[in-house]
Amino acid sequence: MTFKTALMGAVASLALVPAAFAERGADGHVNIIYYQAPSTMNPYLSGGTKELESASLVLEPLARYNEAGTIVPYLAESVPTVENGGVSEDLKTITWKLKEGLKWSDGTPLTSEDVKFTWEYCTTEGGGCSQSEKYNDVVEVETPDELTVVVHFGVPKPFPYGPFVGAQAPIVQKAQFADCVGEAMASCTEENFSPIGTGPFVVDEFKTNDVVSLSANPHYRDPNKPAFATATLKGGGDAQSAARSVLETGEFDYAWNTQVSPDLLEAMLAKGKGQLVSAFGTLVERIMVNMTDPDPALGDERATAAHPHPILSDLAVRKALSMAIDRALLTEIGYGDAGRPTCNVLPAPAIYNSTANDACLTQDIEGAKAILEEAGWVDSDGDGIREKDGKKLSLLFQSSTNAIRQDFQAIIKQWWGEIGVETELRNIDASVFFGGDAGSPDTFQKFYADVEMYANNFDGTDPEAYMANWECKQAPRPETQWQGNNMPRFCSDEYDALVAEMAKTGDINKRAELAKAMNDMLMQEYVIIPLVDRGRLSAHSNTLGGVILNTWDSELWNAADWYRIKE
Amino acid sequence: MLHFTIRRLILSVPTLLFISLVIFLLLDLAPGDPMASIPLTVPPEVKEKMREALGLGEPVHIRFLNWLYQFFVVEPQVAFDHIFGTDFSEGKQRIISFQSRSPVMSVVAERMPQTLWVVGLSYVFATLIAVPIGIFSAYRQYSWFDQLGTFISMVGFSIPTFFSGVLLIVVFSVILGWFPSIYDTTHTITDWGSFWFQVKQMAMPVFVLTLYNAAQVSRFMRASMLDNLNQDYVRTARAKGLSERVVVLVHVLRNSMIPVVTVIALGVPNIFGGAIITEQVFQVNGLGQMLISAIYASDAPMVQTLTFIFAVLIVLFNLIADILYGILDPRIRYD
Repeated sequence: MTFKTALMGAVASLALVPAAFAERGADGHVNIIYYQAPSTMNPYLSGGTKELESASLVLEPLARYNEAGTIVPYLAESVPTVENGGVSEDLKTITWKLKEGLKWSDGTPLTSEDVKFTWEYCTTEGGGCSQSEKYNDVVEVETPDELTVVVHFGVPKPFPYGPFVGAQAPIVQKAQFADCVGEAMASCTEENFSPIGTGPFVVDEFKTNDVVSLSANPHYRDPNKPAFATATLKGGGDAQSAARSVLETGEFDYAWNTQVSPDLLEAMLAKGKGQLVSAFGTLVERIMVNMTDPDPALGDERATAAHPHPILSDLAVRKALSMAIDRALLTEIGYGDAGRPTCNVLPAPAIYNSTANDACLTQDIEGAKAILEEAGWVDSDGDGIREKDGKKLSLLFQSSTNAIRQDFQAIIKQWWGEIGVETELRNIDASVFFGGDAGSPDTFQKFYADVEMYANNFDGTDPEAYMANWECKQAPRPETQWQGNNMPRFCSDEYDALVAEMAKTGDINKRAELAKAMNDMLMQEYVIIPLVDRGRLSAHSNTLGGVILNTWDSELWNAADWYRIKE
Repeated sequence: MLHFTIRRLILSVPTLLFISLVIFLLLDLAPGDPMASIPLTVPPEVKEKMREALGLGEPVHIRFLNWLYQFFVVEPQVAFDHIFGTDFSEGKQRIISFQSRSPVMSVVAERMPQTLWVVGLSYVFATLIAVPIGIFSAYRQYSWFDQLGTFISMVGFSIPTFFSGVLLIVVFSVILGWFPSIYDTTHTITDWGSFWFQVKQMAMPVFVLTLYNAAQVSRFMRASMLDNLNQDYVRTARAKGLSERVVVLVHVLRNSMIPVVTVIALGVPNIFGGAIITEQVFQVNGLGQMLISAIYASDAPMVQTLTFIFAVLIVLFNLIADILYGILDPRIRYD
């Protein structure tokens, strides 16, 4: 069965929708498998995807993103905007109205006090709240009445939907967490494992890193939902066994992130028990190009702006490296239907997607050779490697340890070899590479190599913070304890001006233009070489209806609408 | 014997302290960061704050002493409180896992049932099966039974559990649909029906581990029996007119047990270490799975505590093996 027929199947199964209008709990039990098991149900303590998503069954934000990336109200009556008067003209205040009659799963009413408490809970010093960035610049939260929340920002916020929006920033109950603020945050095991929420399910039993047993929330706002009386979210194993349990044995109804080799999935789909769903977000597998010299002889100034890279400072070399890559082939090998080739570091949402760089989709080995030739990089000594002024085109290419990444490295090395660039490959354990330990020479921030490959994305749909990653001041260097997201150490006044411009622009179309301009600048400077736009791929049983895969929020965002398709 | 036991127990205290220090330093020096698995969308300043909240800002010796205090004073108090309903541990900081921020020991307690059910039971089965097979194989060396036993133990030895486990899943879960491929740790036994389900979900992991363990023990048993069967005392016993049964099962077996007891006793701590791979394949989520996921997540308190518990068990079962020697062979005396 091809992916297309699977999709057709999905569409066909929608025809069976009428079965959905049943009463709460009528459809029995639903089994969900996450091959990485959640370790806590409190997203403010972990920040990991597995915890965010499992917690989203229980905790809800004021508004969240739907599958199209649009913000839709959940606990709030509507989404405040400047037009409807919810956001002030100076962009410094946002006023949320809660829906009337909302109740926590323990039967007590949800009030604006809980919302205010959530802000205090995450921002009190000493707690180490993983989502505190969502509450950046919030100076005060006012609660004029039980249903109104007024959030004041210290600076104008063209995109004021950080606090209380999305799976990362749900509302917690004040009554339950009042004693768990600051340093006590981590010691409230009981509370962290079974938070009281407003979502469709409540936690019955939580076994850390193993399994969560849930049942329908008796006080959920829609009296007919959820259709399932109980749910199990099991963790452990690997992506392949998770896919198997849905597609082949049918023991589970939904499997998260079934990123397995495409041919294996095809064999599993042949059993006819389930189907795959995929959707694309902002996750881009990319190669970062080091604009500074990582030569160990430089000591403390190694990989800092003090010394430009001897060969990669040449635009022609960077461009040739990008042209030599066949992105379509990489995608097919590594991700199958869960990936698509991309020429942008900002591939989505659609209004931010630039088409100016699409030429990169076709591999052009000859063109790459010509560019190098023209720039004076020639192979004068006949060893197959080009050189210029005594400098050889020889690169160290690092990445994290991961089967797909090592495949990519080997293939790219081959292509670069064809255009006369020698590549040495290196892979580093992910816990070190992404660890950010300033004492380790192997982190992706230190970038003691010439090029490196990894994937990154951003939360939600607003790229402002993400695009600001490549400001001059974001470059990791000794003064910042090697923190920062500007791995290429790209530095351009023009770019910084665009970032500053975006921070004060409210109009969505202007913001899109600015973001596209920034993306195009990075792409045309070739400091970032995007490879694959990586989607999410999950599997669900043919008998589970209502699944809408969402890459902008938790995958389980609409679990309240899931139901059993009756044969 | 009692003196010997007490002396050994006292001597094990500095050994264990030294082991705990070595484990702690190794974990501390090992590269890896508990924040590495958090998405890159969480900014570095926030990660730094999270690290501080985990207590990673303290110097090494303080953290080590803290851990010692928590492990040897607070945790026993908690256990004591739990049994007798007292409140000695009230308000004291327990050993907290970095991943879940919950006390490590309660997670250990939570994981114990499935580990003992699956790994422990398979070890018991393996021993019960392997010893008779080893004896009979040696007694009838090169018979068809011995050949078959050798073949099966070669299979058990050489096929890794990640292969045999997946093979069983494909045959019995995917094709035949007899057994579940994923272990349900929330299952409780209330009646015959649920007991039968428990048997079904344990069948495959227990079989895989039994095959693996039995292969090892039966080989040792056979070799040791063969060594003894040709000894002079066996001939003497037969010459005295003792029945074959008594010769083999009393004289030879008892003398052959010494190396086998070592293997069996030293294998027991492995039960508590869990069977990392098998637990992963069948999603049993016992102690082994917990250890491996803690290692991946750089969850130092969890790894430290678990490895230290294994160290204690290994030291303890070494001692038990030594004592058993004395019981099996009266010539061995330690005093």
